[in-house]
Amino acid sequence: MKYVDEFRDSTLAEPLLEELHRAVSRPFRVMEVCGTHTMSIFRSGLRTLLPKGIELISGPGCPVCVTSASHIDTILAMAERKNVRIALFGDLFRVPGSTGLSLAHASSQGAGVDIVYSPMDSLKLASKYPEDLIVFLGVGFETTTPGIAATIMAAKNSNVDNFAVFSTHKVMPPPLLALLDDPELQIHGLLCPGHVSTIIGACAYQPLVDQYGLACVVGGFEPADILQALIMLARQIDRGEACVENAYIRAVQWQGNSRAQQMVNEIFKPVDMEWRGLGVIPESGLAIREEYEFFDAEKRLNITLRPAKEPKGCRCGEILKGKELPSQCPLFGKRCTLGNPIGPCMVSSEGTCAAFYKYAE
Amino acid sequence: MCLAVPMKVIEIHGSPDDFLSGQIAVVDVDGIRKETRLDIVDRWPDIGDYLIIHAGFAIHTLDPKEAETNIRLMREMAEKVETIESSSNRL
Repeated sequence: MKYVDEFRDSTLAEPLLEELHRAVSRPFRVMEVCGTHTMSIFRSGLRTLLPKGIELISGPGCPVCVTSASHIDTILAMAERKNVRIALFGDLFRVPGSTGLSLAHASSQGAGVDIVYSPMDSLKLASKYPEDLIVFLGVGFETTTPGIAATIMAAKNSNVDNFAVFSTHKVMPPPLLALLDDPELQIHGLLCPGHVSTIIGACAYQPLVDQYGLACVVGGFEPADILQALIMLARQIDRGEACVENAYIRAVQWQGNSRAQQMVNEIFKPVDMEWRGLGVIPESGLAIREEYEFFDAEKRLNITLRPAKEPKGCRCGEILKGKELPSQCPLFGKRCTLGNPIGPCMVSSEGTCAAFYKYAE
Repeated sequence: MCLAVPMKVIEIHGSPDDFLSGQIAVVDVDGIRKETRLDIVDRWPDIGDYLIIHAGFAIHTLDPKEAETNIRLMREMAEKVETIESSSNRL
């Protein structure tokens, strides 16, 4: 496969790993905030091969994991309504709400729940079920939002009247700034997310450099990509400097994808958003603009979010902040397993607990 | 979950300036073909270009020169040659 095989060449990763060992002159902590990075680091075995001086922690990079319990409860309540069908990306299907039940349960009880590959598939569902309102669950970061914005635009252009989006979309820079304001959390470098950066551009991390002196490197998803990014981070930290560098040149540009950014700005506006574990962060979410409120499930179904309790004992919140490891959670591996997950960090295939459990660390 | 495998463009339908024209590309990876939307792609592709796709939407058209630079810098780093170019590549 072109643009894949050359980056997976084994003659590349090995010397990069050696160079990384040479480049680490002092211990440092790096946070990654991308579910695909989390999984790639575990799956490739990189985690166990890294120099001892690098402590790699996972931040709030898994969109399902950071969806608050009150949003999950709202979604479950929507699924129970007559003439509502829920369309979603598969990861959310088994996430339990505060009662312990999930969309999987609702589906087995006869609720209309459809797992789709693309938000555009919900428009096909809209024409298949003309009596129902198809509600697409907009859960995701900057990579996912433009496609959902384009789907709303397509629904408007083709006069689809039984389609709406429940938006819990989130943007990445605000929670990072919030985490860096936390004196308990010492982070020296950020492995910036790959395809989020394709959309928002490497420039989005400049405030982290300017305000917090954080070393920032955008990385791709192959082990060699991640190693290259870590070497660049180690060199910055060694030199005692901080800047934004790009180790994923083939997919990421400084200004990002302006076409996608325009599509998002046309449909969505910034709002305060609740994150699991992090609370409400100003302007960290996206809501549908008034001009498109016909496609806003919250308006169409007259929804009010209510506070909800996290599963008892679950430490997802602390794990998402990078403050605790899954092994420090009393439920991990005991009551909470891949087969019977309690918290979202275990449910999602990109969750930190799922990664630790699956790869038995 | 992000899909890191770029897919090759086989067919293009619609035009870059007309949202109503059904902006779609047929892409191929290892013989598997599927349709992807071009509504939000950064650069309108040509046949034979490679696309990065997320949830049914192309989000980036790869530039062969950038991909080449990417792999070259990686190789240089693997060979522990920190060239002037790699340090000036800093954004």
